[in-house]
Amino acid sequence: MSIDRPIYMDNASTTRTDPRVVEAMLPYFTEIYGNSASRNHSFGWDAEEAVTIARGQAAALIGAGPKEIIWTSGATESNNLAIKGAARMHAKAPAGSTGRGHIITATHEHKAVLDPCKRLEREGFDVTYLEPPSDGIITRKMVEGAMREDTILVTVMWANNEIGTINEVPEIGALCHERGALMHTDATQWVGKMPTNVESDNIDLMSFSSHKLYGPNGVGALYVRRRRPRVRIEAMLDGGGHERGMRSGTLNVSGIVGFGKACELCSEEMAEDAERLFKLRTRMENELSAALDVVAVNGHPDRRLPHLTNISFGFVEGESLMMGIGNIACSSGSACTSASLEPSYVLKALGVGDELAHSSLRLSLGRWTTEEEVDTATRGIIKAVKHLRSMSPLYDLHNEGIDISTINWQSH
Amino acid sequence: MAYSKKVVDHYENPRNVGSFGSSTEVGERSDIGVGIVGAPECGDVMQLQIKVGDDGVIEDAKFKCFGCGSAIASSSLATEWIKGRTVDDALNVKNTEIVEELSLPPVKIHCSVLAEDSIRSAIADYKKKNGVETETKAHSH
Repeated sequence: MSIDRPIYMDNASTTRTDPRVVEAMLPYFTEIYGNSASRNHSFGWDAEEAVTIARGQAAALIGAGPKEIIWTSGATESNNLAIKGAARMHAKAPAGSTGRGHIITATHEHKAVLDPCKRLEREGFDVTYLEPPSDGIITRKMVEGAMREDTILVTVMWANNEIGTINEVPEIGALCHERGALMHTDATQWVGKMPTNVESDNIDLMSFSSHKLYGPNGVGALYVRRRRPRVRIEAMLDGGGHERGMRSGTLNVSGIVGFGKACELCSEEMAEDAERLFKLRTRMENELSAALDVVAVNGHPDRRLPHLTNISFGFVEGESLMMGIGNIACSSGSACTSASLEPSYVLKALGVGDELAHSSLRLSLGRWTTEEEVDTATRGIIKAVKHLRSMSPLYDLHNEGIDISTINWQSH
Repeated sequence: MAYSKKVVDHYENPRNVGSFGSSTEVGERSDIGVGIVGAPECGDVMQLQIKVGDDGVIEDAKFKCFGCGSAIASSSLATEWIKGRTVDDALNVKNTEIVEELSLPPVKIHCSVLAEDSIRSAIADYKKKNGVETETKAHSH
């Protein structure tokens, strides 16, 4: 049986909002529409109560206390607030000078981490960008090798958004606590999918986002540790002093209610989701590898998120492959699918050759992905790869036994 | 990105896809000119082979392409346009005509340039094999 309607396999970009979440949100548009900061009437009290419940739901998902949750507009804001806020608060020299402190991150982090780090470099901080090995994993040992006396912050993502690889975050957090540095992790792809406990995992600051875990868009959170150590950050948005002064601005009550509900559902269902999706992904990877030659799964084979695969099909260009599988919504590392003409910097950081980076697809499964969809998508990909290889001059050269990397191509 | 109907048609039903033999075989034949342009790391490689009769007319053309849908369509179209023309006349195919025919957006103009380059490169190869002097220049881009 095949499916004609589009198949959604781009859950690492965003997820469908769970209908149970939408249902929980609806009263907060038309019935309980007060400003949660209004202290003098029941509209405000009711809104505040809803926000408090959501704070508890988000905190419970990550093993934090409710007062340690700061609401934001999403993970990009959370990352900016955590990185710039911590660096500026803990700077070792005043603004305008150099040598203000050292930060450690990695080259295959999300742009919402890399760009704040670059800005801090211009503001007088030193940043070390760790280069991942070919499996994509940043280890405690790598961070340890980069640590300095003046290291104030380490920011290493929990799971990579393009390849799903899982860094040694709890181990790196432990190292930070031994050395008196702060540990921030961009856990956007991790939280709600995998068990998280900021206490036992040694996290000081953690970014996560609602729309990646079946909640609405436009809401995120930053976990800010309150004890051992009490983490202080400089606010970016000044205003009414909301969120304990760390993030001013009227709260998005309906969105926060939805985010809270989504967190609660993930607490209950993520173990089951992960097990089911791992089986589906394994089935997909196995069938693709059995039907096609020169197929490579990018990143560490085991140490990665269970619902995501990043897979390269040699001698086939990613954008044309996506065109051939038009009813499957996914992402590609090909340059042609982005505004820039560079292929994925994440795959490049792993040392994946440009031609294989151009040939990659990221398929990310989610709560509503069915076995039937996986089978239909697998067949569609196999058919499209075969069609494109029948046209590929590179596949011919490969079959003639010529290594394409030895050819002197005229770049343009 | 939305593709024009013509791009989709060439992608799904590419014209004249194939080759006249392995790279070694075609290398030894003087009636065949081969052009390979682009680079894998840039995400496009086009291979155009032309089979030329004694009268200098391109009797047949075959392409292979590693690239996006627009690159595939550009090279497929190029083979249609040069068949039946003399090698000198085929040099008149301009990338701008390909852009117009396929309604390529600005970010895909390089695909049409590559197709024009593949024609020039295949013809230059044919002329070189047959001892004809040529001043064909590839675009620098």
